[in-house]
This record gives sequence, C-alpha cells and structure tokens, in this order.
Amino acid sequence: MADELMLEIVTPEKMAFTGKIEEVTIPGTEGEFGVLRGHEPFLSSVDIGELSFVKDGKKTHYAVNTGYAEITSGKVTILIETAERSEDIDKERALRAKDNSEARLGQLTKEDEGFEIMRAALARAIARISVAEKR
Amino acid sequence: MASLKDIKRKVSAVSKTKQITRAMNMVAASKFKSAQMKMENFRPYAGKFMDVLNSLALRVDNLTHPLLAVRDPKKIRVICMTSDRGLCGGFNTNLIKATERFMKDKVADGKDVSLIAVGRKGRDYFRKKADIIAQKTDVLSKFDMTLAVAVADEVITPFIKEEYDELYLIYNQFVNVSVQKPTVVRLFPLPSVGQESADVDPDRLLDYAYEPSEEALMQRLLPMYVHVLVYRALLETSAGENGARMAAMDNATSNCEDLIRSLTLKMNKARQAAITAELMDIVGGTEALSKAG
Repeated sequence: MADELMLEIVTPEKMAFTGKIEEVTIPGTEGEFGVLRGHEPFLSSVDIGELSFVKDGKKTHYAVNTGYAEITSGKVTILIETAERSEDIDKERALRAKDNSEARLGQLTKEDEGFEIMRAALARAIARISVAEKR
Repeated sequence: MASLKDIKRKVSAVSKTKQITRAMNMVAASKFKSAQMKMENFRPYAGKFMDVLNSLALRVDNLTHPLLAVRDPKKIRVICMTSDRGLCGGFNTNLIKATERFMKDKVADGKDVSLIAVGRKGRDYFRKKADIIAQKTDVLSKFDMTLAVAVADEVITPFIKEEYDELYLIYNQFVNVSVQKPTVVRLFPLPSVGQESADVDPDRLLDYAYEPSEEALMQRLLPMYVHVLVYRALLETSAGENGARMAAMDNATSNCEDLIRSLTLKMNKARQAAITAELMDIVGGTEALSKAG
C-alpha cells in the first residue's frame, strides 16, 4: 500500500510493536495528534494517555506512559516507559487505582510534594480504564 | 581414625549439599538468562534514547536545568546497589567494600555523606554504620522500569530543592558472567550530555520541528535520562548477581565432589582396615587353638 507508515513502539522491556500501519494517534504533551505517511519530520514529547494506530483498517489501543515520539516521513519511532495493550490491562485494578489516587489527591494541595506523583498516577489510571473499555 | 559409620554419614551429608548447590546453580543460570534477555531488550530503547538526547543537546545552547546545577559539594548522597540475597561469592562484599572506602574518603574530606540502599545486603551491612535515608529492599527478584522511576523520584526532588549537592551511584558493572566490577558514577549534577555525540550526523536532524520547544523537550528528557541510567544499573546488578551466584555454586558443587571423593577413599580404607583386623583376629584365634591342641 502506498500510504504505509513504519511504526516502532519501544519500551525498556521490549519492542512493544513494530510493523507497517496506516495511521497513528499520539498523546503529545501539547495535545493529541495524528500522523499519516509523509508527515514533516517532527519530534514531540509524549504524555500519559492513550495511543492508537490503524493497521489493516483495524484500530489498536495502548495505554502509555511518558516518553517521546520521533517522526520522519516514512517512519514513527515512539519511546515510552510503558505501553500496555487493552487485553493486558486489569480494569478492576485500574478502577481501584483511580479511586485511590482521587481520594489521596483530594487531601493534597498543589504545593504538596506528592501532588505531581498522585496526579500522574490518576492520569495513568484514567488512560488505562479508557483503553480497557476499547477492546 | 573416624569410624566407618561416621564417614558414611558425612558422605551422605556432603552429597545432599552437592544436590542443593547444583540446583541453585541451575536456578541462577536460568535467572541469569532472563536477566540477560532483559538487558538485550533494553538496548534498543537506551540506544535510541541516547541518540535523541545527544542530538537535542547539540541543538540547545546553554542548557540549564536544575539537574545539571553544579554546587559546592558539601552534602553528598550515595546509592549503594547490592543484591537482596547472598550465596553469590564476593559480589556484595566487593561492592560494600568499595562503597565504604568511597564514603570514608568523602567523610575525610569533610563532606556530609548519607546513603540510599537498594538491595537488602547493602542495607543490612550499613544499617548501623551509616546514615541510611532511604532504602528499597527485596525488589530485585522481579522489577521493571517502575522501580527505576521510584528510585529516581526519591533522589530528583531533594536535589532540585538543594537538600544535597552531589549524588553518586555505586553498583557492580557487569563485565561477563564471572567478572563484575564495582563502579562509581556521578548521577547529579548530571555529567553534561551530548559530549559523545560526535558521531551523530548533524544533517539527519536538520529539519525537525519540535513540540514543545527544544528546551522544554530537554527538560522532560533529563529525568527520563536518570531513569535510563538507574534502570541500566539495576539490570547489570541483577545479571551480575546471578552470574556470580552461578560461578559460586559451580565452585561449591565441584568442592563437594572433591570432598566426596576423598571421603569415599577414607571410607574404603577404614573398611579395609576393619576387614584386616578381623582376619588377624581369626588367624590369631586358630593359631592359638592349634598350639593348644
């Protein structure tokens, strides 16, 4: 296919995905963006959130942690600290983690030391739940 | 000479020990294999990460970041990364010795030194000897990037808040299965990045658009760089620990074999002696009888 795009998702544990895809949507720190073949060379940081790509007309979702994405016209390389497919997510656990971090966050103010950490934990839980619902 | 029964008991005890050491050797071998696999899997991530970090560092002039701040080092923290379990030869002992020497030198220079212990063996040793401000124990049997992130979080914020001025990481560098080298690396302030980037092709990245800006991107990548460094040290510790245990248990197994061999010889000698003594008795007895008759 002419509109093919190479995608590599690399995490410290493994190559989470390599293959040809048609389109990828990445949760950038400045907002979500989509990449098709022929995108201008581009480097963006990736935030906690939901990554998805279309391969053979089928959409696959991943819950991802922070990292960055390097985009050249025919290839996208995404380096992230974790990437979980919807099948691998324990939704019950994610829901518990969400309740837990919401409760803890309620007691903290922006100046507290743990605030950023809890906020990130909450964002991760929300991303996991949302991905888990899309299997 | 020990009695036949005693030697027999000893032989069976030693062969049981041998079974255990051989089993431990095989367990360590399989753990070592998976640790090595983990290192293998980490390589593409680390390689690509360093590529981008270096080429970014080339493009950002006058990089400033709290993690790069050089201050007069008065307060020093040391991360000592040992294994959780023993029976791995000199793996922990060598590392602990290196750590102790390093800390002694710094204290002699009039610095205030405190310790962060990763791994139970180091914690146990330094519990009464040093000021341990944080510890992570019983974590190394199964870990992933989250452990590295947890360790890094423990040290990043206090450094930015200027609670201390320098951070060193002491761990066993994995050279090969039988060689692990205690190594000291300075984590904070981060040694300037982008110096080994001579091999990065400047044309390759010429037309990049950045989002957010190069500087902002760099701010996000530096903490990740710390994660990479810590994770690599954890991986090397885990591989080294199991490699060292493999070698130690292999040694122990062959020592057991030697012991069994010499004990068996002793046992046979004792048995022979007992038979000879019995024969002498019989011969002596018949002789006495024939004389009497």
